[in-house]
Amino acid sequence: MNWDTIADVVAAICLLLGSAFTLAAGIGVLRFRDLLSRIHAGAKPQVVGVILALIGLGLRLRSASVIATLILVGLFQLITAPVSASFVARAAYRTGTFDPDELGVDELTEDLARARNPDDEG
Amino acid sequence: MRRLRFRRISWGTVFWVALVWVLLWGDFHPGNIFAGALIGIVVQEVLPLPRVPYSGRIHPFYLFKLVVRFFVDLFVASFQLAAIALNPRRLPRGAVIGVQTRSASDLYLTLTAQITTLVPGSVVVEAIRSNGMLYVHFIDVDFQGGIEAMKQGVLATEERVMRAIASDEELEQAGITR
Repeated sequence: MNWDTIADVVAAICLLLGSAFTLAAGIGVLRFRDLLSRIHAGAKPQVVGVILALIGLGLRLRSASVIATLILVGLFQLITAPVSASFVARAAYRTGTFDPDELGVDELTEDLARARNPDDEG
Repeated sequence: MRRLRFRRISWGTVFWVALVWVLLWGDFHPGNIFAGALIGIVVQEVLPLPRVPYSGRIHPFYLFKLVVRFFVDLFVASFQLAAIALNPRRLPRGAVIGVQTRSASDLYLTLTAQITTLVPGSVVVEAIRSNGMLYVHFIDVDFQGGIEAMKQGVLATEERVMRAIASDEELEQAGITR
């Protein structure tokens, strides 16, 4: 048992776990009822899935230039994923392409209604 | 029209662009470094961005704490979300909750919103700059611990961000004691 074997085993675990998260995300996108919930499934376990896949690749390939590129991919994934998720969520909210009845509590709609009609309480 | 020419060049940004460029090519050839720096300067001249006002101070210990806590939250919440997605017996019931943040700075509001969106289970739907309100969609409030706990979670994220990079005066204004 040498270090290369250990790295390969850890790499395999990372790759499998990353794939499992991505699979769960895919199932979530299919199962969840409204757009806002689907964004959660589509945008996030996928971030962890990608990070795990990148760690797995880095451990398997073990080359400095590849690892540098992988770090870059991970970093940009972390910077861009929340921006796109927020923008889709915001667009969904503003265009009304979600079903308000699916939400148990919705303080934004309440606050927006109050901003439009300041006299109307409740 | 606003004057956009002859802006001050941020050398930090030039360094960052050059680094990304070199990493993309995958080797530290001097020509690559030079080309990357040149692109950094040209990008700033052609596509100028507004300056982000920042008067804080970076505290390495709290920054480290912020990063560690972020990755812990990321993994814990990923398992949680996978469990919600795979549970055949129930479908999640989401909620949009308004959280009043305490800092007056766009930068801290943006970072808090970014981290909140990145951590699974919460997505910022709307951020209102003028009064510092963040409206966050939580995928399954009951499973995640209730509305009040979720609000406190977002405020705790903001507190960690501010402890890591805000100045003492800004912390005091926000009512956070160091």
